[in-house]
Amino acid sequence: MNIHEYQAKELLQSFGVPVPAGGVAFNPTQARQTAEELGGSRWVVKAQIHAGGRGKAGGVKVVDSLDEVKKAAEFLIGRRLVTHQTGPEGSVVHRVWVEQASQIQKEFYLGLVIDRGTQRITVIASSEGGMDIEEVARVTPDQIVREVIDPAIGLRDFQCRKVATAIGLKGKLMPQTVKLMKAIYRCMRDKDALQAEINPLAVVGSGDEARLMVLDAKFVFDDNALYRQKTITEMRDLAEEDPKEVEATGHGLNYIALDGDIGCIVNGAGLAMATLDAISLHGGQPANFLDVGGGASPEKVTHACRIVLEDPNVKCILVNIFAGINRCDWIAKGLIQACNDLSIQVPLVVRLAGTNVEEGRKLLAESGLSFVTAENLDDAADRAAAIVKG
Amino acid sequence: MSVFVNQHSKVIFQGFTGEHATFHARDAIRIGTQVVGGVTPGKGGTTHLGLPVFDTVAEAVAATGADVSAVFVPPPFNADALMEAIDAGIKVAVTIADGIPVHDMVRLQRYRIGRDTVIIGPNTPGVITPGECKVGIMPSHIYRKGNIGIVSRSGTLNYEATEQLTALGLGVSTSVGIGGDPVNGTDFVTVLRAFAADPETEVVVMIGEIGGPQEVAAARWAKENIDKPLICFVAGVAAPPGRRMGHAGAIVSNEADTAAAKMDAIEKLGHDVARNPAHIGATVLNAMRERGIAIQ
Repeated sequence: MNIHEYQAKELLQSFGVPVPAGGVAFNPTQARQTAEELGGSRWVVKAQIHAGGRGKAGGVKVVDSLDEVKKAAEFLIGRRLVTHQTGPEGSVVHRVWVEQASQIQKEFYLGLVIDRGTQRITVIASSEGGMDIEEVARVTPDQIVREVIDPAIGLRDFQCRKVATAIGLKGKLMPQTVKLMKAIYRCMRDKDALQAEINPLAVVGSGDEARLMVLDAKFVFDDNALYRQKTITEMRDLAEEDPKEVEATGHGLNYIALDGDIGCIVNGAGLAMATLDAISLHGGQPANFLDVGGGASPEKVTHACRIVLEDPNVKCILVNIFAGINRCDWIAKGLIQACNDLSIQVPLVVRLAGTNVEEGRKLLAESGLSFVTAENLDDAADRAAAIVKG
Repeated sequence: MSVFVNQHSKVIFQGFTGEHATFHARDAIRIGTQVVGGVTPGKGGTTHLGLPVFDTVAEAVAATGADVSAVFVPPPFNADALMEAIDAGIKVAVTIADGIPVHDMVRLQRYRIGRDTVIIGPNTPGVITPGECKVGIMPSHIYRKGNIGIVSRSGTLNYEATEQLTALGLGVSTSVGIGGDPVNGTDFVTVLRAFAADPETEVVVMIGEIGGPQEVAAARWAKENIDKPLICFVAGVAAPPGRRMGHAGAIVSNEADTAAAKMDAIEKLGHDVARNPAHIGATVLNAMRERGIAIQ
């Protein structure tokens, strides 16, 4: 699960991490008011959408008067912002974050991720702030510093000092770096985050006034841990998510829309991916990825059929079930129920295998409905592709 | 021989009295697995499927001599159940649950250091040595005994490959699902190492998917360390980048993460690659014929 920048900043602030004074606004008048309350003479108005790349897409405005704050908010709110992460359809801005502009001396990158190689939280830092870390890793890999955290011990001061020294945060800034890094680590651990990315982390003010400040923050939280993260769950913004994917998740299904015309209902993520591959190899185009998961009840299968059919491009549905913890008879019952309840007009190609396969096939055969039965994966993909081609 | 589990394994079920555990314990017993009891906290002293139920794993181990545990405990309590198995001296713990918080797995992997329990999973169908021992949720009737070792991230794709092998008259020594999560107990290399040392395994099939470097790393390790043929398939050629395809770990984050890039790299290392998921069985059969390995 993702959250907005303003939510990330509020969360970090609650852990004692310095962020610029600011506030969220849902309309231009509110934006102006917020700027007035913050005071100062220069503000930044930032579009709040989950996707990155907002600056380059015109979603961040630096302005010098309260009227300009209002104008910037008018420009941004309601606008469809297209960044390299939103896809061509873009994402509509519903709120802006207004903050005091900072006097930036230098920018850094600081990220904490769960690294698959070490299976631990790993700090990634670079003196090249503001850039995509992927870009830094490609161009100047030696600029990147890594520090692995032992989960039983936590992030130690000396590790933070190593990172600070390596990226050039010295003198008075070093103890600030230690405090900030440890706070971000605690936040990540306590809130079940998979990723916390501070980019840029900035040194603001000059001379004795120099201090660290988080200018942008991105968090990704573990969906599997939301049951124990009430405050994080409350930050969820469903407007940022595909409504069909949200609905599917509500029924315990994993649905991802694609561009083709062959709807897919499969159990297991690996087989679902392989089914898309097989369809493509037979010259067809999958309309979606859908994993019904383990223990699929007839009701779940009915919901799956309905969600797949909501896509008007779907000309045929391929059902590919290899039951382990599932039961083919439950799947068959669900398909029969779906055919009766939804009056499905498109052909259904069904391949059943595994647990209770004979019972499942029998139910389909005796239903009086016209399922196209397939012997195996190759046969199923071939039949579905042939139906769509006409 | 075989890897991780065999006819001598004494298996307990954690979360024994639950619906799925009951269903698969019955199936395991049917194919000859030595199921010796189970654990359900609060139900100690009762019996289930004619076997003793204990409150703790330690009690179960002391009373039955169990060395393998099938962990059918819901995700929020699963890591704790695994630590209990490790603490009780279980040698192989197989955890089925899909949805364990990643931070729980990070802590579990730390807890495991210095203790010699093999953790298979989470989010796995488990391990099966056909005709000897099933610890998991796979449909056991599709497996024939033979000389092919299978290791996969996905459960259902493992079944798919198995069915293709069985249809061609081929059989399996042991099949291991390492699971679809980003932090898991056992990686590909650990399983390949076990297959390398197993005289009954003459061919190895590795089934991966998009996301992470592990398939290519394992293929590289195999090139240097195993003299048995390795046949690979990687799912997700048709997957769009940046989307999590069902499994928490299945996401293309960079060019090397794509299925095509992984299969290219594995092929370059000299291993056989099935480009079509429906041709995994045929590719294995070809490799065996070319090398004169007995079809059993």
